[in-house]
Amino acid sequence: MTDVLVCIKRVPGSSGEVLLSEDGQSVDARHVGWTVSPHEEAAVELATQVAGATDGTVTVLTVGPADAVEQLRDALAVGCTDAVLVEADPTALGPRDVAAAIAGVVEARAVAGRSYDLVLLGNDAADTGDFQVPVRLAYALGRPVVTGIATCQVVGDTVEARGDGPDGPEVYELPLPAVVAVMEGGVAPRYPSVMGRMKAKKAPVELQVFEREAVGGGRVRLTLPPEQPSEVQVLGEGADAAPAVVDLFEKLGVVAIR
Amino acid sequence: MTRPADRSVLVLVETQAGGVREVSLEAVTFARRLAEQRGGQPVDAAVVGPLSDEVQADLLAQLGEHGVRTVRVAEHESLGTYGASAWAAALVEAAQSAASAAVVASGTPRGCEVLAHVAVRLDVAMAANAVEVVSADPLVVARQVVGGAVLEEMGLPDSVAVLAVAGHACDPEPAARATSPEVIRYTPTLSDADLVGRVARTEPAPADDSAALTSALVVVGAGRGVGSADGFDGVVELTERLGGALGVSRVVTSLGWRPHHEQVGQTGSRIAPDLYVACGISGAIQHWAGCQSAKTILAINTDPDAPMVTRAHYAVLGDLHEIVPAINEELARRAG
Repeated sequence: MTDVLVCIKRVPGSSGEVLLSEDGQSVDARHVGWTVSPHEEAAVELATQVAGATDGTVTVLTVGPADAVEQLRDALAVGCTDAVLVEADPTALGPRDVAAAIAGVVEARAVAGRSYDLVLLGNDAADTGDFQVPVRLAYALGRPVVTGIATCQVVGDTVEARGDGPDGPEVYELPLPAVVAVMEGGVAPRYPSVMGRMKAKKAPVELQVFEREAVGGGRVRLTLPPEQPSEVQVLGEGADAAPAVVDLFEKLGVVAIR
Repeated sequence: MTRPADRSVLVLVETQAGGVREVSLEAVTFARRLAEQRGGQPVDAAVVGPLSDEVQADLLAQLGEHGVRTVRVAEHESLGTYGASAWAAALVEAAQSAASAAVVASGTPRGCEVLAHVAVRLDVAMAANAVEVVSADPLVVARQVVGGAVLEEMGLPDSVAVLAVAGHACDPEPAARATSPEVIRYTPTLSDADLVGRVARTEPAPADDSAALTSALVVVGAGRGVGSADGFDGVVELTERLGGALGVSRVVTSLGWRPHHEQVGQTGSRIAPDLYVACGISGAIQHWAGCQSAKTILAINTDPDAPMVTRAHYAVLGDLHEIVPAINEELARRAG
């Protein structure tokens, strides 16, 4: 029986235009809405697969604003069993703070008799892209860690994790308990069923408040890269543009000129 | 206490047959610019693991062109297989012996993973996806966040700055003055805990992995506009005629139309081909993050206001299912 903790983050959607808040300290997501990072959707799926294969449980956790309960409910709807929200202002926190908050929950629950054999996280958040919370968490807990993982399974007291290295697929074997950071691509996240949604509404969400002294993330300010004026050259419309396109290919040297 | 001018900028260099990986030369260039702005600090390189004589000769020539002072080679019987913890232990030891004020690596998955371990071990902050130095003292860097749609200026006030350089943010550029780097071999002290989490085994790369996509000179991209899993014949044919690789948007892989290893974007491959032909792709942040380094972009799209069209160098407006077959026919006609 493998009890898994999977950590997610509420982030702005990536389908539309990004705006910044007036103070330049945060992203204004009013036009794009909120979601979780794609890597974390994969982590949630892997968590439910690992737990399902061993009759274990999955707790989903987030450190973020009260509204992040929406993302926790989404994860509960696809198979997580319970949830923890550590409420905090995300703009005040850096990766060290987030890792410390997660470690605090893991340690407190272990004392209370609930130990997580495996902690899964996304490799890097879609908004801040810090690439370090999983590693910082692992050191805080004194556990081994591997990042960039596409699939994993628990075999006895070991987690076998597979990812893409620079020269091809690599397999890692870590003794449990361990921390694994997941990248999108190895598993397809499932869609919630109606039954799943109903269950998610009733599932327990434990509320905590972030009470540590925050180190912060060193943010001075956010800026938008200057939008370059469009210099697009329209080669034509419809199929009639094909000769102009092939002329361009020849000019660029990507096809041989005959 | 080491004087600031005597402290160095240390770069983790990843090797391959033929010397230094291209992305590591980007990191070396970034490191040298940082060092110059900090009063002309020297740049040192760190290599972890066995280094053959042949690779070493190529590597020294390349790093010499880039103005590197020393190459610190960590040798240990356990460094033959990759493990982030062991690599980080070796890198921290190199940083301490070189009195480094900054540790830099390319923002590859491996570079980021090792640097995260380094940052924890040194108890300092780490900036991922750095693109430029905003201020040298106090150190502030600009880094890509939200898939590159936003830049964050981040302060790194700690005694050692740990920085991963965003891919393609900085073209490799040789130094004004070449050097003859000194090779310093050392055996790092590795604990048992450092050796947990190493690669247990590797598997042969499948024929259809993403390596072909990231190295292709021409990439033909396909997005939601293709319409269905059955709609890819034209773009696949165009890909083959151009000797390129097929890349798709996240929508396409999420819908199960094509496999994930073909995905270009923030959570897929980041490409920098000579030509990117984007067919039926709107160019949302997720995708733009992966394709913005293409040298030339041709967009084929029905919507003249789509971000992919307005940001492209060239565009053809209309239905890709009419345009792409016409291009294929024209290519066939000219090929005789």
